[in-house]
Amino acid sequence: MKAGRAVFQTLAMIPRFFLLLMLLLGFAAHAAPDPAVVRQLAAEESDDKIAAIHKLALTAEPEALAVLQQLADGTLKDAKGEDITINNRVRRELEGALAVLKLIDPDATVRFKAVKEIASNVDAAMAPMLARARDRETDANIRALLVEAHALATLKDADPQIRIAAAKSLATSADPNTKAVLKAQSEPANEAETEVRRAAFQSYLAVEDRLTLAETIGRIFSGLSLGSILLLAALGLAITYGVMGVINMAHGELLMIGAYATYAMQGLFRSQFPAHEDWYLLAAVPVAFFAAAVVGILLERTVIRWLYGRALETLLATWGLSLMLIQAARVIFGAQNVEVANPSWMSGGLEILPSIVLPLNRIVIVGFALFVLALVWVLMNRTRLGMFVRAVTQNRAMAGCVGVPTGRIDTVAFALGAGIAGLGGVALSQIANVGPDMGQGYIVDSFMVVVLGGVGQLAGAVWAALGLGIVTKFIESWAGAVIAKIVVLVFIIMFIQKRPQGLFALKGRFVES
Amino acid sequence: MQRRNFIKATAVSLALATAGLITQPAIAADTIKVGILHSLSGTMAISETALKETALMTIAEINAKGGVMGKQLEAVVVDPASNWPLFAEKARQLLTQDKVAVVFGCWTSVSRKSVNPVFKELNGLLFYPVQYEGEELEKNVFYTGAAPNQQAIPAVEYLMSKDGGLAKRWVLLGTDYVYPRTTNKILRAFLKSKGVAEADIMEEYTPFGHSDYQTIIAKIKKFAGEGKKTAVVSTINGDSNVPFYKELGNAGLKATDVPVVAFSVGEEELRGVDTKPLVGHLAAWNYFQSVKNPANDAFIKMYKDWAKKQKLPKADTVVTNDPMEATYVGIHMWAQAVEKAKSTDVNKVIAAVGGQKFKAPSGFEIQMDPKNHHLHKPVLIGEVKADGQFNVVWKTKGPVKAAPWSPFIAGNDKKKGEPEGK
Repeated sequence: MKAGRAVFQTLAMIPRFFLLLMLLLGFAAHAAPDPAVVRQLAAEESDDKIAAIHKLALTAEPEALAVLQQLADGTLKDAKGEDITINNRVRRELEGALAVLKLIDPDATVRFKAVKEIASNVDAAMAPMLARARDRETDANIRALLVEAHALATLKDADPQIRIAAAKSLATSADPNTKAVLKAQSEPANEAETEVRRAAFQSYLAVEDRLTLAETIGRIFSGLSLGSILLLAALGLAITYGVMGVINMAHGELLMIGAYATYAMQGLFRSQFPAHEDWYLLAAVPVAFFAAAVVGILLERTVIRWLYGRALETLLATWGLSLMLIQAARVIFGAQNVEVANPSWMSGGLEILPSIVLPLNRIVIVGFALFVLALVWVLMNRTRLGMFVRAVTQNRAMAGCVGVPTGRIDTVAFALGAGIAGLGGVALSQIANVGPDMGQGYIVDSFMVVVLGGVGQLAGAVWAALGLGIVTKFIESWAGAVIAKIVVLVFIIMFIQKRPQGLFALKGRFVES
Repeated sequence: MQRRNFIKATAVSLALATAGLITQPAIAADTIKVGILHSLSGTMAISETALKETALMTIAEINAKGGVMGKQLEAVVVDPASNWPLFAEKARQLLTQDKVAVVFGCWTSVSRKSVNPVFKELNGLLFYPVQYEGEELEKNVFYTGAAPNQQAIPAVEYLMSKDGGLAKRWVLLGTDYVYPRTTNKILRAFLKSKGVAEADIMEEYTPFGHSDYQTIIAKIKKFAGEGKKTAVVSTINGDSNVPFYKELGNAGLKATDVPVVAFSVGEEELRGVDTKPLVGHLAAWNYFQSVKNPANDAFIKMYKDWAKKQKLPKADTVVTNDPMEATYVGIHMWAQAVEKAKSTDVNKVIAAVGGQKFKAPSGFEIQMDPKNHHLHKPVLIGEVKADGQFNVVWKTKGPVKAAPWSPFIAGNDKKKGEPEGK
């Protein structure tokens, strides 16, 4: 990048250099932006546009800044009243120029963004300015960034001692760009002094270690995220299949119902409470639970209860039900995917280090999975209903003898499993596509989790989901998504061969089996 | 509420079906049947549903102007459901049971490869409206989308140019099937011919319908952090694009740092995505909705009116895109060829399609090559704007002739520029 654009960049940096100088010394000429220069912003050639941007930025006038901001937002019009359009190259120069102007902004968050923008594209000419900005800066975070930017700028200084100091101070960086710069600096072709090369190489190793750590953290997080999604998809099945022994092929469609319930709530909030649109997701949680639970009750009462103990018939019947549910969704909502938007508080990401950004929607989903898991655990272990479910699972006849209404417990347990699947659907709607056949993609994964975890065990499902998530992500990162899917399936087949009862064998026994 | 809707919808569709059965034989005598073979469900429905609507709209337009050879066109719509073998079955059904004169359809190359033998065996006629990887010339197929030299190669050349950001490292990312694999093979050879080293190319594939792009995005970030300017060429197809772009936006990978140029993402695919974080990412096509000319204004208006009349979902925000334009052009060219041949006989029509001209919404009078069954098309590169439309940043001066046999694949120099057995 540096080599190819070096000439152009040096040219481009000169105005930024003077601009910064003037800003920091605190004097600026007062004049409205030159109309000829503003007209030049609408020029055909990118080079002309960029020249005009630098001319405007150089004035450091608030009016000029406003014009540039309009250009960046795409609202600036040309003589014919049409929007002036810019391409990525112009946008990059524009953002750089705006960032320099914003370096003295009183708002710390604006300054922070500006420094980040500058740091991604520093030049040796900017070193004294960055040093001055650094000395004036009061915010510790911004200061640290300025120190790094300054070090990057002085890495090409004529004095080897300054170069060594710069290379050493960059050892604390966690930015992939810095790593690349240090690597280049540690090569004889780019750096004559052995001492500087050594310092740069040592810093390079330190940065690389930090980046490797960041990468591992990122990988574990994406594994956790996939695991939490698998868990949400499979938890309902862990109850209906794991605890009750119903092979429910329509489980994926219960997820779909949860997702469509979320979509419906989004529509309701958009039309009825547009001011609170961001909170539709919270309202969708109970709605999705009950919508899926009601469908679950219908399935259980009308079809599944007549087939208890006949696994093959259940499998075929629920598969048929799943096709009917898919078709119903197609008739009601259309065959195309529907759009479920992330609420604004779930968009964007949390930057932990410059090289890893954890997407907020995934963090929320990990938290949501924990919440659902806690809910299920409390229901199964701390309530009377949970006790009855466990009693019926362990010994149906004996439970019946002591007065547990086994038939009704079956219905309630199935509804609970379906409702939990509905909750899974809410989470899926935030990261995957919502369409009539979205459930089909999760049915295999869900069964995989439950079978691997050990039928009849909620804890097993948790470990299996997390394990599968992390293993998949680690394989994906070196072999690709296609191979990862195959390897995981092969692994599960071999595992079930060795250990048919899954990770955790149920203690006690099924009387009916 | 849901159940009532369901019952109502079922009743309506039953009524429609019955009505169709009754009226069909009455008008069958003086109509020409045309088949529409697009997935209306499954992973490709996101892209293909709009093509079905465009085809129906174009047929209605032609019918309103008196039809073809004085006969009205009658559309037969089938849903192959993103299921490749089902494409072949439905194509056979269209040709043998419905006896259609021509079929407009397919999006993915794997679906086209699946129907090709059927069209060959039954001597049918297919108009295929989507950009593809080339490496094919069938006598029974006309390709109204772009060949690699009309899309992929110019897009990569643009990213190598000064305005495109002087990219030096390349990520070739795609869905795992024939189109991305072949395109990337061509691009790899092209990049090597431009002096890009093997270590500066990363190739990644995901399955159809893949929805978890965390690892891929992390890999791209790492690859881009190695120092040289990196660009991503995406041949991801279908609804996987939505989670891909969502993840891209959330991870803060900006177009000014790592631009992503997509070959299968247009206005329609971006409708389900928040495009604000995606501003500046690119797409290469032969048409964008934002192109300004009278033919395009009329085309957009016609589709918007059609969407309202048909009460399509979210009819007020419908968009037009490149494959829709290609469908529109394809149907008109077929109609013109039938008029010229004065027959719907497949062999006569094939002979007449070559050389047909049509004033396309892309702003050029484009021509079907007399020999190679491909259109001469202009190439446009657009950047995503905040409103989900594209801002054209580069275009060719005029239409470019298609080269279905890419010179970057060994042995292609000996292939003939027209289909065998013609």
